[in-house]
Amino acid sequence: MKASDHRVTSTPAAATPASAGGPGIGSSGEVNASRFLIVALAIAVGLLLCSCSRETQPTGELHVTIKTDPKTLNPLMAEEDASDRIRYLTGGVLIRVNRKEQENQGELAESWNVDEGGRRITFNLRPGVKFSDGSDFSADDVVATVKAALDPSLHSPKGDPLRSGGKADVRALDRNKVVIEFEHPIAGLERLFDEIAISPARMSGKADSSVVLGPFSVAEQRAGEYVLLKRNPYYWKKDSAGHQLPYLNAIRMYVLSNRDTELIRFRQGDIHLIDSLPPDLYEQLHSEQPAAARDLGPSVESEQFWFNEVTKAPIPAFKKAWFRSRNFRHAISMAINRADLARVAFRGHATPSVGLLSPANKFWFDKNLKPTPYDTNGALELLKQDGFTRTGDVLKDRNGNLVSFSLITNAGNKQRERMGSLIQQDLQQIGITVNFVPLDFPSIAERIMKTYDYDACMLGLTNVDLDPNGQVNVWMSSADLHQWNPAQKTPETEWEAQIDKYLRAQASTLDRAERKAEFDKVQEIAADEDPMLYLVDKNALVAVSPKVKNADPVVLTPQTYWNAEYLSLEK
Amino acid sequence: MSRARWIATGLLIAVFVLALFASAFAPAPYAKQFRNDTDHPPSKQFPLGTDELGRDRLSRLLYGMRISLLLAPAAALISTVLAALIGGAGAYMGGAWDRGTSMFIDLFLSLPWLFLLLTLRALLPLDIPAVTSVVVTFALLGILGWAASARIVAASVRSIRTSEFLLQARAAGCKPSRLLLRHVLPNVKPILLAQFWISVPLFILTEANLGMLGLGVTEPLPSWGNLLRELENYTALRHSPWLWVPLFSLVMVVSLFQFALGEEERA
Repeated sequence: MKASDHRVTSTPAAATPASAGGPGIGSSGEVNASRFLIVALAIAVGLLLCSCSRETQPTGELHVTIKTDPKTLNPLMAEEDASDRIRYLTGGVLIRVNRKEQENQGELAESWNVDEGGRRITFNLRPGVKFSDGSDFSADDVVATVKAALDPSLHSPKGDPLRSGGKADVRALDRNKVVIEFEHPIAGLERLFDEIAISPARMSGKADSSVVLGPFSVAEQRAGEYVLLKRNPYYWKKDSAGHQLPYLNAIRMYVLSNRDTELIRFRQGDIHLIDSLPPDLYEQLHSEQPAAARDLGPSVESEQFWFNEVTKAPIPAFKKAWFRSRNFRHAISMAINRADLARVAFRGHATPSVGLLSPANKFWFDKNLKPTPYDTNGALELLKQDGFTRTGDVLKDRNGNLVSFSLITNAGNKQRERMGSLIQQDLQQIGITVNFVPLDFPSIAERIMKTYDYDACMLGLTNVDLDPNGQVNVWMSSADLHQWNPAQKTPETEWEAQIDKYLRAQASTLDRAERKAEFDKVQEIAADEDPMLYLVDKNALVAVSPKVKNADPVVLTPQTYWNAEYLSLEK
Repeated sequence: MSRARWIATGLLIAVFVLALFASAFAPAPYAKQFRNDTDHPPSKQFPLGTDELGRDRLSRLLYGMRISLLLAPAAALISTVLAALIGGAGAYMGGAWDRGTSMFIDLFLSLPWLFLLLTLRALLPLDIPAVTSVVVTFALLGILGWAASARIVAASVRSIRTSEFLLQARAAGCKPSRLLLRHVLPNVKPILLAQFWISVPLFILTEANLGMLGLGVTEPLPSWGNLLRELENYTALRHSPWLWVPLFSLVMVVSLFQFALGEEERA
């Protein structure tokens, strides 16, 4: 290790004059005095050097948790949360989306250039970078990694967005320059390289995060217990004072799915950082250690529900007619007290949603959107326009059918179950009966993806990708995750056709402002038509031990250790 | 009947009356959300405080007890009747019927019931009112919970079938129906009664377990199961000791059942 080598050499250097002078002591008083002075000076300088170097020595083992064992250590195959967190901490990438500023910044690429209308990207690589085993990094490694990501036979989830550009030509122009040329343009191309961890060419496609370009490498994994990441001694990054990063010696990621146990161990000092705390646990921690519990405001995680608008769904035709009516959906949206959902279900640690994006998505969020007002009279007015009538405590449609529907969600999620009960009572006020049914998740998946045998469903969504292209798999009418009416061959409604058009338009230009304008239109149509009733944006709640220095939590994952290379522990 | 059993029975009756006339004793409707008073400590308005949605805990406890105490005996009745029919009939007929029934009972007992209950609950139509859902849940418990009782009933009937008094009755020319109704059934009755009383608290606890998994009685209906879910929050339990009340009431009722049953068995 570079830094510890430095300390080892500095100590003998301090001792050398003393040992060299040892035999001469006592031969002459003057010589002895001067030698003594030299030795004393050398020791003082040595101690000073030691203390200075210790300040920058990598120290400590940070303890965090992952909910499950990682399914893979191959960064190109990382998909679920645990694997992806390990990829983030170990992988060196060409471009990093800064989790705080939400802007692209060069990492292994000193600079880059996108041209040919978004079809070509050229990277100028940082010279002198080494892998964690000491081998040199070069353009060949980038070429091999990107080719592996693009290889359809590997089925890399990280390569999927790149493959949307069709055939690609990846080549090294010289040792520090790589060019990638796609068949079709890809909007927001550069941000996709935040996900591609570069591995040595010799390990291409079969990397295991042990030889890496990131701040840490995987040293040990014990199934069901932990994954141990060790400091990369050859990491290229240095702090502003020129000290080698990372500051930490290691990160131990305990496999721990129980959130209560996680908090207990945090209190005991055994775990230093916790991401995405549930509101109840946050409140507990906040009452005991206010400084350790931090509410970072709205995150990119939202809660929403939608009505089943699938044409072939095995539900009564009159219900389909309700669910396909914009007035009905909008009335339901207006009758839900979102402020109460945030205040009661999330203990105040959520924000009423305005639209499909959270304000946490700084650039792409449409600031012109207005929140849906809580207005039961307005809701009843809208319903009246569609022929609904309220008789006593019940609402009936124009054919005399009682307005009642089931709302499913996954059992065991406390906040969602609370929201279900609150919505039940809110809609009762306009005469609508909601049968709230928490189900186990496989049953929900079966109903919303295969049988379409349900009325309405409430689930959460995490917008991992800040770019509008990350919304395509939900909002394109042909998408499988277009939950209210998936996989349409051609758009079944005019407004869905409009959304398709604007989504394509934003993807076909490189001009960010132009893309934003097109995507704003998507957000406005979505808010106007309400196929997804966005309820609340959950606040990002984290726990940070006072022992951790330089922690600067953000709303994007990994919230507490996105800047892991700068974190250190108090001695 | 001993004095202790009188006391246990009296207390049980008192609990049943309290639950049956919950609307008279409850300070507020069980589903009403006082959203500005969530997690309220006990007060004059809310004697047991409010839950996380601001609903009065005492009202929910009383209505929850009503559901559990009315439906658990109904489910116990279903399971006891099934146990008598399947276990008793097989053992009474003897031979291959007895062996076949025993194998069927063993097979039934070895099935993973929790998962089966989850699956059956998931297969139910979604658009059914909460009250129907709770009746269906207890009916399922009753239909699926007969096997353990059936084994005990079968063992008892088997010994009666080979008893001397039955041989004598048969030799005297008694018809099978008379044998069954006048000789077998009166002798199995104490076993059936004991099985019934054992099943009642068992089904209350099973519903509570399902409720802990979020799959028992659905919102907004209260039951002991979904009231006990609050015990998951151990920090809140430390600061809010009144959260223990539903658990204590459940333990008390189950203990009263067990006490009365113990006396019954000794008798």
